[in-house]
Amino acid sequence: MYPFFYRPMFEVIEDGWHSFLPEQEFELYSSATSEWRLSYVNKEFAVCPSYPPIVIVPKAIDDEALRKVATFRHGGRFPVLSYYHKKNGMVIMRSGQPLTGTNGRRCKEDEKLINATLRAGKRGYIIDTRPLNVAQQARAKGGGFEQEAHYPQWRRIHKSIERYHILQESLIKLVEACNDQTHNMDRWLSRLEASNWLTHIKEILTTACLAAQCLDREGASILIHGTEGTDSTLQVTSLAQIILEPRSRTIRGFEALIEREWLQAGHPFQQRCAQSAYCNSKQKWESPVFLLFLDSVWQILRQFPCSFEFNENLLIMLFEHAYASQFGTFLGNNESERCKLKLQQKTMSLWSWVNRPSELSKFTNPLFEANNLVIWPSVAPQSLQLWEGIFLRWNRSSKYLDEAYEEMVNIIEYNKELQAKVNILRRQLAELETEDGMQESP
Amino acid sequence: MEHIRTTKVEQVKLLDRFSTSNKSLTGTLYLTATHLLFIDSHQKETWILHHHIALVEKLALTTSGCPLVIQCKNFRTVHFIVPRERDCHDIYNSLLQLSKQAKYEDLYAFSYNPKQNDSERLRGWQLVDLAEEYKRMGVPNSNWQLSDANRDYKICETYPRELYVPRIASKPIIVGSSKFRSKGRFPVLSYYHQNKEAAICRCSQPLSGFSARCLEDEHLLQAISKANPANRYMYVMDTRPRLNAMANRAAGKGYENEDNYSNIRFQFVGIENIHVMRSSLQKLLEVNGTKGLSVSDFYSGLENAGWLRHIKAVMDAAIFLAKAIMVENASVLVHCSDGWDRTSQVCSLGSLLLDPYYRTIRGFMVLIEKDWISFGHKYSERCGHLDGDPKEVSPVFTQFLECVWHLTEQFPQAFEFNEAFLLQIHEHIHSCQFGNFIGNCQKEREELKLKEKTYSLWPFLLDDQEKYVNPLYSSTSQKPAVLEPNTVAFHFKFWRNMYHQFDRTLHPRQSVFNIIMNMNEQNKQLQKDVKDLESQIKQHKNKQTDGVLTKELLNSVRPESPALKTSLCLKEQTLLPVNDALRTIEGSNPADNRYSEYADEFSKAEPAVVSSEYGVARMTC
Repeated sequence: MYPFFYRPMFEVIEDGWHSFLPEQEFELYSSATSEWRLSYVNKEFAVCPSYPPIVIVPKAIDDEALRKVATFRHGGRFPVLSYYHKKNGMVIMRSGQPLTGTNGRRCKEDEKLINATLRAGKRGYIIDTRPLNVAQQARAKGGGFEQEAHYPQWRRIHKSIERYHILQESLIKLVEACNDQTHNMDRWLSRLEASNWLTHIKEILTTACLAAQCLDREGASILIHGTEGTDSTLQVTSLAQIILEPRSRTIRGFEALIEREWLQAGHPFQQRCAQSAYCNSKQKWESPVFLLFLDSVWQILRQFPCSFEFNENLLIMLFEHAYASQFGTFLGNNESERCKLKLQQKTMSLWSWVNRPSELSKFTNPLFEANNLVIWPSVAPQSLQLWEGIFLRWNRSSKYLDEAYEEMVNIIEYNKELQAKVNILRRQLAELETEDGMQESP
Repeated sequence: MEHIRTTKVEQVKLLDRFSTSNKSLTGTLYLTATHLLFIDSHQKETWILHHHIALVEKLALTTSGCPLVIQCKNFRTVHFIVPRERDCHDIYNSLLQLSKQAKYEDLYAFSYNPKQNDSERLRGWQLVDLAEEYKRMGVPNSNWQLSDANRDYKICETYPRELYVPRIASKPIIVGSSKFRSKGRFPVLSYYHQNKEAAICRCSQPLSGFSARCLEDEHLLQAISKANPANRYMYVMDTRPRLNAMANRAAGKGYENEDNYSNIRFQFVGIENIHVMRSSLQKLLEVNGTKGLSVSDFYSGLENAGWLRHIKAVMDAAIFLAKAIMVENASVLVHCSDGWDRTSQVCSLGSLLLDPYYRTIRGFMVLIEKDWISFGHKYSERCGHLDGDPKEVSPVFTQFLECVWHLTEQFPQAFEFNEAFLLQIHEHIHSCQFGNFIGNCQKEREELKLKEKTYSLWPFLLDDQEKYVNPLYSSTSQKPAVLEPNTVAFHFKFWRNMYHQFDRTLHPRQSVFNIIMNMNEQNKQLQKDVKDLESQIKQHKNKQTDGVLTKELLNSVRPESPALKTSLCLKEQTLLPVNDALRTIEGSNPADNRYSEYADEFSKAEPAVVSSEYGVARMTC
């Protein structure tokens, strides 16, 4: 494969494989709380094959308990920390579905683990990304959901984020509609509607906002899962962080988010992003889960154009590299596979390339002004838009739009230049004035 | 004031239009002679001009009071709950009366007084001078002349007095042609393209029936075609769908028979009539007023309403026209039935594509005065200024503004004005605050003595020009003079800022546009600062070398510090700067956006810390 014989034509300033180490990420939290710890229980990928070797778990829970909980959660994906909200100390955790099965199996350690995140007298929320009936059906296959009786301190909310082939079909329909320039207005609108793409976006954003709302406004901790906890779960946890956490809206922070919540968290990129829109929909594992996440970020970016350090180009670049890349970053389905492939030794990291100043400038939003607030996007259909930069990219000329963007950048640059000039002149004048004063006073 | 029985009602609730949790603001409702005013407990004011009210409804009494729903022509919808039914009834009745005036003289413009003297008022009216505009186009010239045939509105009541016709068209030909055209609206010049020597002409449908013909009319068309030395044929665009035009033949009207007219190329372009447009907009508004609207319902609603299809049809027609002139050098005659709705749309939009002047602030005013106001687009009937036939109301001009907006989206640097300018004009076609859009034709406006009794809108817009300037506008010659928009369906988007102008929760929370606009302003100030500072430094240096120092110098005025750099984005964002209406601005708030059906549970009392952050969030957003 290309990444294995690709040799960079650029000088590596910082090796991206070591840019976002879990230990460093944890340090960001450990200053604020002592309730969490790093666990190396998955060091050999034995407890959970799709988890990274290092995860963050409640301090009160030991590795032995984690091993037990892993047997009770789909794919061994026991609840781990996804996000710590510094403002109120509440957290988002994520996991796989509980394996309650039809006879309502329970696991004391599991209950203990998630209860460890609750404050006395406070309730938490479990957001199941599946509708109730789907979650109920899952019991027949050994899966299921948290029973109220066993989790009395938790309130369960079911949302319905679609999965797998439904999303894939949606993407295929949308791309077909966008590529056909001959149809009239009615047909375009009806095909856009029939693709359901924006419906999925709305559903994902709504769930992420709900999670953020529970955390920030209700002051409650949340556990999020669907079935495996590798798709819709990650969409929700990562978008909630975009909404809540200013750091994830910076370039570095966003990269860290992708690394943590998608790559380390075991989103199966290889299975999901093999063919994009042009495969037949029978590809069982193909699904644009990550693209939907990027599109959702784009929707928020559009509504808060000054609150992100990066621009649309970074999102488009990530989309491209997730599907086909000369870098090893998105290869494999999880850390364990990446380890076996020795990607760190054999391929380049995407981040090594992106984080060079010459590349970064392309991805930098000139309007960025750090905004420490929580940003609540509107999810009304009137507020959501087709992401033209991706879907109409090759079907329209963006010449005039690009020129306008350049003009905007010019205005901003000119503004900076003038500000600097005024400051220098001020200083000069002040110096002259003191000189004058000194000459006069003696 | 005779219609007002109750002037003040307290403890009125203003419901959030889209909130499912019945979120509301409590405040006091005031009824004045011209406005309905709501002041909520935060002292925020919502002004609604009576003339903007399209529909008032009193809904069935509820436990909390009597609901009063008001829909406005500028697409604001407000939902009040008035505690006592009696008060609600009084207000309802008053609004019914006040929003539908019987006489022109009762419209706001006749009482509106911006404290200007008569000469200022007159200068305002002279701001747009159509004779100047024709001169700018290059007429009169050897082929086109000013005709005095309609000087006293004798031939056509709905045309202006001054009309430009081909030099070789004699008065008898004009008179003859006018008798063969619906409402006497014979073919006249709308726009002259100086380089191509081709013309856009406009008229109404011919009274051809199944076989009638009129030699004078045929002559007049020939004269138009001869007035263009570059091309021997001309286009006749019938902007109606073919079926509609054919149906008109049964009523003795119809369209040109190509056999009777030499060298014409006849073309239907299929824009629907005012009734179809009215119901299309109605459907659109119904869809996007739905609470808890799903994406799928939104798009199927958009499709069923057909609104964007109609917008595309108008745009396609304008492009056809512009191409005929640019590519084929051919003159074009445009008509529909009466030649004041679709014809105005197509002629004005076509001119806008062809001539960059119309894309400037001043040029756009001229364009509206020329193709809409002077040629008798029936503003008062189409906007329902008076209590009249509801079947005459139609959003024809709104469609024109929307087409222009779509162009600004495709060509962000081609227009000197911004979206706020379009929204403001739309606001005022309904407000009746200024005289420009009152009445249905020039003759009627003269009879109403509008220029003596009312003010013109344009000088007020020009005074506020900086609010309407597009900061990205580039007039340089490297930009194409002729716009060639792409009309593939996906280029047409729902104009949220028009139809949801007042629904703040649906808007982006930060506007790039406003930031760039402010930055542009700031840059101007900074440039000035640089100059001031440089000259002061120079002075200092001179003085130093001269060795002359005076105390005054030390006290010399420091340049004003430049507008604060800090957080341009944190300024309050408004779409449309309005002089008399403070807008209620919603903050970004999770509850506004209906993320969950658990809203009730979530909307319980929030800690004080959070609500103070709301304040900040509101500023951001």
